[in-house]
Amino acid sequence: MSRRLAGFFYGRPRLQVGALLAGPVGWLVVGYLGSLAVLLVAAFWTVDPLSGVVVHNLSLENFKTLIDEPVYRDIVGRTVLIAALVTLTDAVLAFPIAFYMAKVASRRGKALLVVAVLLPLWSSYLVKVYSWRTMLSAGGVINWALAPLGLHGPGFGNTAVWLVMSYLWLPYMVLPIYAGLERIPNSLISASEDLGASPFTTFRRVILPLAFPAVVAGSIFTFALTLGDYITPRLVSNSQFIGNAIFNNITNNQPLASALALVPIVVMIAYLLVARKLGAFEHI
Amino acid sequence: MRNQDTHPARTAWLVVAGLLAFMLLLAGCGSSGNSTTGKELTKVGKGEGQLSLISWAGYVESPWTKPFEQKTGCKVNDKVAGTSDEMVQLMRSGQYDGVSASGNASARLVDGGNVAPVNVSLVPNYKTIFPDLKNQPYNTFNGVHYGIPHGRGANLLMWNPNDVKPAPTSWDVMLNPKLAAKYKGKISAYDDPIYIADAAVYLKAHQPNLKIENPYELNETQFNAAVNLLKEQRPYVGEYWSEATKQVAAFAGGDDQVGTTWQYQYFLLKGEGQKVAASPASQGFLPKEGATGWSDTWMISSKAKHPNCMYEWMNWIVSPKVNAEVAEFFGEAPAQSLACEQTKEKNFCAKYHADNPAFWKRVYYWETPVSECGNGQNNCKNYNDWVQAWTSIKG
Repeated sequence: MSRRLAGFFYGRPRLQVGALLAGPVGWLVVGYLGSLAVLLVAAFWTVDPLSGVVVHNLSLENFKTLIDEPVYRDIVGRTVLIAALVTLTDAVLAFPIAFYMAKVASRRGKALLVVAVLLPLWSSYLVKVYSWRTMLSAGGVINWALAPLGLHGPGFGNTAVWLVMSYLWLPYMVLPIYAGLERIPNSLISASEDLGASPFTTFRRVILPLAFPAVVAGSIFTFALTLGDYITPRLVSNSQFIGNAIFNNITNNQPLASALALVPIVVMIAYLLVARKLGAFEHI
Repeated sequence: MRNQDTHPARTAWLVVAGLLAFMLLLAGCGSSGNSTTGKELTKVGKGEGQLSLISWAGYVESPWTKPFEQKTGCKVNDKVAGTSDEMVQLMRSGQYDGVSASGNASARLVDGGNVAPVNVSLVPNYKTIFPDLKNQPYNTFNGVHYGIPHGRGANLLMWNPNDVKPAPTSWDVMLNPKLAAKYKGKISAYDDPIYIADAAVYLKAHQPNLKIENPYELNETQFNAAVNLLKEQRPYVGEYWSEATKQVAAFAGGDDQVGTTWQYQYFLLKGEGQKVAASPASQGFLPKEGATGWSDTWMISSKAKHPNCMYEWMNWIVSPKVNAEVAEFFGEAPAQSLACEQTKEKNFCAKYHADNPAFWKRVYYWETPVSECGNGQNNCKNYNDWVQAWTSIKG
């Protein structure tokens, strides 16, 4: 049997490749794009107001709700704003760390720093968010530490969400930037210095343009992860994010939840298009 | 590897066309109208060996499922649901035999044809269930029984007596904006659309011109008044809670000072020695307006694959000893009147007012808001409206 099979495939390279790829590509198309397609279709369905059963007639009602109801505009605006702030914060925090790791630290120090950056990823997401919840609470360590200065912590709210998200997704920003900086030959930096550029000019004209695609790669992670998260807002604030609105609707109005789920996808597509315009993908 | 020879545009179009075809196929497949109302059983036969349940956390636990499995041979598989909405969603999958539905889920399940009538004569322990739990609007529809009562609880007003003075006798401490402002950021409210009913209970007492009869049957004017009240309350709310543990931690940590709670959290915090108080006996244990509450019902799926095991289970869970065990484990009033003699803590039933009908008279059990108002009119806000309003209240 196996001999016959081998004989059948012999000399048919296209079939060989086809058979090899059928599994993964099938999974990608059915499991991944297929579920996306279902999501897309469901967004055009409606719910029978009496029984709450999904009615499979195509209509634009859900999108009308999203546009007409001011609360959904607020939720989308808030989510995108926090996602942008988190991305910016992480980029500013991650760049020096990544630069030190890639260009300054010794081999040993580099290994230690990589472990230090990865370490938080080894512990559970929930443990981390709950620890922040405890730290931010009225009797928590943040208020305790600020009390002698006569200050007060942010408490629960949008600021808390921004803090916690920035903490959670920082490794996803550090690692791509580190990888990007590592690929810049040291000789380029030396050459820039030899030609009389100040460290700042070298950074601005040589390092930043070369590392920019890596920053964008990292920002895609932080931005997308913040857009999709709903547990952190639930635990450290009363604010609703896109994920919370989806969660609230998923059980009794699945079509509206589907329509809401399309919002982050659209935002991400817009984000990627802008990133491409900025030249983020030219060196990949 | 870079592919230079093929036409990327053509490939992309093929993918899009394929997806579109797939979508159309899906859209075409699903035509509605599959609501079959199951028939009720006439005789409990031999168990099918399996039982799939959806329950609240703490309702299906090994101390009483193990003996059940030994006795009936029905192996119990339990799926814990976090909210009533989740229960409805899971029941619609048709893969479960039964559910411990609260009143804000039961009407939806009946309307959707997801649950079948229950022949209560096949459940011997039903006879001794507290009479005020029978024939309620959330378990009996058009005179047909749709489930076996399991237990109930009330939503209490709880406060920290160190911070909240004088002791409140009314919900106005958290619902009247003037009074609530005093506890800005320290108010704890329940995170669920059904919380709108709490505002309706308050308005029923304080704005009689709205003529609210049932806090779950609200017409446009009444509904808007309740929603606006909660929008006014919103800036003063410190935290909306949905998990009991979250509220317990918030009261213990000083983040919350006054809020709506379940008996479970109140007794838990008291047991931990925390400074909490609730309405005393002299006020009937509830604020003067009364309160919302919940009463859970075991319902059987219209597509149950193991109906005999489900009937065995419904009888088992309200048997005196088991119902006492569940009630003490979960922290609620048992539905079975004979359970009060079986509780480990001797005054458990008194503590939870299980055998005190006067207490429950002032409790408005959760119901699913539907368009039919009960008075023959059809202009009430349905649950979907409640969900949308809740989203806009939270902002």
